[in-house]
Amino acid sequence: MKTFIFERSELDRLVETLKRRGYKVIGPILRDSAIIYDELTDTNELSVGWTDEQTNAAYRLKNRNDAAVFGWTVGPQSWKKFLFPPIQKIFATHKSTKGLDLPNSKKQTSEEPTPAKYAFLGVRPCDLNAISIQDKVFLGGSIIDPVYERKRTGNFIITVNCGQAGGTCFCASMGTGPKAIAGFDLSLTEVLNDKHHYFVAEVGTELGGDVLKNVKCIKATDENIATAHEICEKTVKHMGRFLDTSNLKNILYQNSEHSRWERTAARCLTCANCTMVCPTCFCATIEDVTDLAGKQADRMRKWDSCFTLDFSYIHGGSVRASAKARYRQWMTHKLASWVDQFGTSGCVGCGRCITWCPVGIDITEEARAIRESQP
Amino acid sequence: MATDPELLSLKVDYKRNPMLPWPFQIRRVKHETEDTFTVELQPLGALEEFAFQPGQFNMVYVFGVGEIPISISGDPAKPRILVHTTRAVGTVTKAMDKMRRGDILGIRGPYGTPWPVEQAHGLDVVFVAGGIGLAPLRPALYEVVAHREQYGKVVLLYGTRTPSDVLFRQELENWRARFDLEIYVTVDRAMSGWRGNVGVVTNLISRAPFDPRNTIAFVCGPEIMMRFTAMELHKRGVDIEHIFVSMERNMKCAIGLCGHCQFGSYFVCKDGPVFQYGKIKDMLVKWEI
Amino acid sequence: MEDLKNILAEHQFFNGFNEEYFALIVGCASNVRVDTGKMILREGEQANQFYLIRSGKVSIQLMTPNKGPVIIQTLHEGDILGWSWLVPPFTWHFDAKAIELTRMIALDGKCLRAKCENDHDLGYELLKRFADIMTKRLESTRLQLLDIYGDRS
Repeated sequence: MKTFIFERSELDRLVETLKRRGYKVIGPILRDSAIIYDELTDTNELSVGWTDEQTNAAYRLKNRNDAAVFGWTVGPQSWKKFLFPPIQKIFATHKSTKGLDLPNSKKQTSEEPTPAKYAFLGVRPCDLNAISIQDKVFLGGSIIDPVYERKRTGNFIITVNCGQAGGTCFCASMGTGPKAIAGFDLSLTEVLNDKHHYFVAEVGTELGGDVLKNVKCIKATDENIATAHEICEKTVKHMGRFLDTSNLKNILYQNSEHSRWERTAARCLTCANCTMVCPTCFCATIEDVTDLAGKQADRMRKWDSCFTLDFSYIHGGSVRASAKARYRQWMTHKLASWVDQFGTSGCVGCGRCITWCPVGIDITEEARAIRESQP
Repeated sequence: MATDPELLSLKVDYKRNPMLPWPFQIRRVKHETEDTFTVELQPLGALEEFAFQPGQFNMVYVFGVGEIPISISGDPAKPRILVHTTRAVGTVTKAMDKMRRGDILGIRGPYGTPWPVEQAHGLDVVFVAGGIGLAPLRPALYEVVAHREQYGKVVLLYGTRTPSDVLFRQELENWRARFDLEIYVTVDRAMSGWRGNVGVVTNLISRAPFDPRNTIAFVCGPEIMMRFTAMELHKRGVDIEHIFVSMERNMKCAIGLCGHCQFGSYFVCKDGPVFQYGKIKDMLVKWEI
Repeated sequence: MEDLKNILAEHQFFNGFNEEYFALIVGCASNVRVDTGKMILREGEQANQFYLIRSGKVSIQLMTPNKGPVIIQTLHEGDILGWSWLVPPFTWHFDAKAIELTRMIALDGKCLRAKCENDHDLGYELLKRFADIMTKRLESTRLQLLDIYGDRS
């Protein structure tokens, strides 16, 4: 893979280039005391000089004493916010005296006529993996999701490898980081020391190389590449959490009646935070919403969560009524059933569910508890 | 209403948006029992017939109210008319119950795995239906009866709550009048005067005339009824790989993308609803799976 | 007598029953025929028999104040009707009616009870078979009790 380096200041030019080419550039921004992803109108909006401290049920931003652009790990949001939006209109129907008017594809009102292409700046390797996992979900079956396809087509992805491990991170356990291997257009590693502030950029695609030509960059030396490599190696050694995935699928399948589920359920609020922050969770609900006159009905797709009581409702009641059943469903799906459904684990080790759980339930701890105390 | 040229000239690219329903017009609404009704539908626009396999279901959309999965209960050999039989128990079905000839419903489908009727060629076929479960089995019954010579003994065991809940009475009588079908009906309780059977449908299994070593069984009804029926069939000697059940779960998209219908690692909308009993029997006895 | 013994031996209730026991109980047996619509037994009456159904259809009914008689079970060829003869106070707890022409073997309960008291092995053989029937009946009744076909809206 061709590797180059460019100065920190050139990052702005990279963003400008993408904007000029018609991309909607999404990057990390500080808002509401968290680093979230939104459209970058100006590179000054980038969350420079911040780091995050994360542990069970805690996320705090702290000032760094340097100007690192990407000196944090992941915030509460992931890229599914754009590829699989929380609220999405699927179509609108109209009732007239003539009957029911279902839309034809020309009058499709669910989308702008030509949606902008996204450029994602700052995709963590775990999140890159999450995108490929959602690609399998939405594009890998016999029926694909046209909304996801539309939004995913033409993405320009700039991953940023992690220079530090988050307090709840375990990408090393899941084989999804801290360095991106493939699936990006450009992959950056930020190098910041007393003398230098630059990015080591790996080119993943022809398009990536083409875009990079607009930035002042030089070929990376072996030393540059080694520096970048060491940064990632250091990150591996400081992972916040660890998950033993060996035979995990069968362990979870075989322990559906383990007493641990009850214990954890007693803590779980079924608040669904974990499913909202998880970059791979894809459950959705379909709602038909009418206007007051009853003349127009919109079909909306909205994020849903297997933690809600009526998620599994059929006549007579919900199949999974207890918190125990719902927590068990989520964790078993994520770490076990997903493998049978889509060929990989559903978990990328980003740690968000641990950080954003209000009571601090830790999926790695739950898996360990069941593994170590199997009957 | 139906002949409006605007409606008839619908040319929607349904392959591109799988969440878009196709309009169908109600030809007839028939009330079968106090809480169960049947709608007969005709496709509008460029679609002339709706082909499906027995056991499959559609997502049925009532404008502004919602969309729910309902099994197809009609004859696969008559694809010009789409038939659905359902109980009026929720918002959507109750709204459907009030609809009349000429009203429009949206249909997406057909979805799901069918009853493996071809697998039963040369074998005895046992249908065991509980309550509304007779409706998703009826298309398979039609198909077997239409090709009667390809099968061995054909038996229908049908249990429901009371005599006034018996569905498709006339059809059952017609089938019973044939010499090549065995129809047994039982109810949970009845008023004196009922000359049929009273008791659970599993009681009928031991006396039914079929050879368990050469039988395929199709079972449909409340989950608990299917569980006990499958156990009883197996006790009588039917291979668990020859017993099929039809599962039901909450569905929103019916195309394997929304996650609602998961049953273990299966998606009931695309890995089911028809499952081989042997594959799911361990999950059936687990609570809240 | 010989005919009756054969008929007894053929009934599935007596599968595996010892030859010598047949001799003991055949004396308590008799052939019964009930026409369509006739009551076989009534709630509250003395339960001095049980019946092996050979053919026909019998309904087990309970009289209810509002709705009249409600049928809760039908029995057919091969089934057993009645075990109240086994347990005090030896009275019937339901009605039974023939809804088709029904042929049964009636076994005299008093007579059998006496023989079982004398020969406990005979008693055990009979009780084993009744326990099996009662278990199956109980399982069926449980499913009926669950009212699985859904609520009336």
